[in-house]
Amino acid sequence: MIAFILRRLVQSVLVMLVVALVSFSLFRYVGDPVATMLGQEATVDDRAALRDRLGLNDPVVMQFARFVGRAAQGDFGISYRLQQPVDELILSRLPATLELALISGMLALVFGVGLGVYTALNRSGWLSNVIMTVSLVGVSLPTFLIGVFLIWIFAVELQVLPSFGRGETVTIAGWTTGLATPSGRASLVLPAITLGLYQMTLIMRLVRAEMLEVLRADYIRFARARGLGQRAINFGHALKNTLVPVITITGLQLGSIIAFAIITETVFQWPGVGALFINSVQFVDVPVMAAYLMFIALVFVVINLVVDLLYYVVDPRLRVERGAGPTRARG
Amino acid sequence: MNRFARLWNSDLAWSFRHTRVAIGAAMVAVALILAALFAPWLAPTNPFDPGSLNLMEGFTPPMQPNAFTGGVFILGTDNQGRDILSTLLYGARISLFVGFASVLFAMTLGIALGLAAGWRGGWVDSLLMRVADVQLSFPSILIALLIFGVARGFIPPSAREEVAIWVLIISIGLSDWVQYARVVRGAAMVEKNKDYVQAARLIGVHPVRIVVGHILPNVMGPVLVIATIGLALAVIAEATLSFLGVGVPPTQPSLGTLIRIGQGFLFSGEWWIILFPSLTLLALALSVNLLGDWLRDALNPRLR
Repeated sequence: MIAFILRRLVQSVLVMLVVALVSFSLFRYVGDPVATMLGQEATVDDRAALRDRLGLNDPVVMQFARFVGRAAQGDFGISYRLQQPVDELILSRLPATLELALISGMLALVFGVGLGVYTALNRSGWLSNVIMTVSLVGVSLPTFLIGVFLIWIFAVELQVLPSFGRGETVTIAGWTTGLATPSGRASLVLPAITLGLYQMTLIMRLVRAEMLEVLRADYIRFARARGLGQRAINFGHALKNTLVPVITITGLQLGSIIAFAIITETVFQWPGVGALFINSVQFVDVPVMAAYLMFIALVFVVINLVVDLLYYVVDPRLRVERGAGPTRARG
Repeated sequence: MNRFARLWNSDLAWSFRHTRVAIGAAMVAVALILAALFAPWLAPTNPFDPGSLNLMEGFTPPMQPNAFTGGVFILGTDNQGRDILSTLLYGARISLFVGFASVLFAMTLGIALGLAAGWRGGWVDSLLMRVADVQLSFPSILIALLIFGVARGFIPPSAREEVAIWVLIISIGLSDWVQYARVVRGAAMVEKNKDYVQAARLIGVHPVRIVVGHILPNVMGPVLVIATIGLALAVIAEATLSFLGVGVPPTQPSLGTLIRIGQGFLFSGEWWIILFPSLTLLALALSVNLLGDWLRDALNPRLR
């Protein structure tokens, strides 16, 4: 197990280094930092002095090492477009994205598990068929179209929910939240549904498939034979055993939610990290692009690592194998 | 029996004739592809010709005569007086071109790398499969977006517009090669130890010929399934990137760009500018997806 964890750790570090190399080459080879900083009037001596001061004359390997060192401390320089330190920019935008991601993740989990259980227990009911068909269409629908149509229905036609921004926000201990105000909560509804819908259909289909599998198992039949109530069987035994894969998948999907937030944030003009990234791509704002690249890679690497480790915590079969004689090789 | 009769009597054709969903999806998909292909002849106007545009005809609702010129447009016009039907046909053309091209690129790359990994084994295999594992843990649309952003940075500003569409194709293709490589690698590893391959090796057939002539035909079924579903995914990826404003340049509007333009007029009541491109994109994605699903079931021997 330790070998497995070590290998995963090395792999994660390697991935981060590759992403850092891409970020670094963006910095190093896109545009000329000296020309950007000095303008046209500078003399050749000025340029040479600045090149020296910025360390651009050092070997590339040394420059890369310095870049990694700075990145580890969150220092990505100053945004070309907004003229603010990149780390501050990202940190100020992060609460919006995380709030959106967490709420839509919870939405997806609650409704996904609920509908999954319902469609598994009432397999041939008409409502189950309707839910399954709608979910098929939902999977084919691009995220941005869902957002646009929700805006059309709820903001333009019915005029019950706001279509852009976060509403009024309150800052609590450095964390700006929209959850504390009515307008902030109303603004969250449409983006959260847009972002969570795809994950919800995914979780729903998974829960349904797992549930159907488990309900066919022998121990469920024995539970019935013992005369346990329908509720105790369905929720106490069947659902409990389907939740392990569901938790894993949901954990892995959290990264996707943060990534897909790029799309949702652009549709709803949500002031998060994803919208910041899209703007930086449009304006080729290299420091922001490089920082986002590192940020999203870190999110994914950490989530994958944690989920892999959770496997060992959640599934007892993997733990017993340790030192229990010749077991099959894993990893 | 001639070739057509053989095709008509094959298992696949039988399954197709007896699956109503597949027939419907194929009809929609083929109609859309043909309409896109023949857009220059089918479209009432050329939306890229500024000379034919009349700003007075802007915002004409569908099937209603324009207040100034009396012109009637089946699907209405946008803010610049462009006929929506024409922009749709041309937009679908660009969307499908990017879709097909990026699937072709992903397929070629995936098959080549998969064959290399399966046939050579050793460090080539472990390196490629590690890269594939890592890439699979990221959503492909994010990878396409990141590659596109990085590539955009490296291209000098003067050339950005021109090459944007090719950069887009390569970004989407690079985000999607893993599926092909995995399937092909698996098949190559099984086939390479079979007697006929060993025999071919013994009599000195060139490895490239063995790989292309004997191993490749064995994996074309699953590859076709992946490619079909991949086309739907590529079209959606292109539309998403263009909708975000980082895809095709504004001079070559795809369906995603048209939806992006239409979103701006949602609040002022010009619903037709956004509705028709959205429906076209939806019909395209859904029909190709359903075709892919049918193909997967039809080619799966376990389901027969």
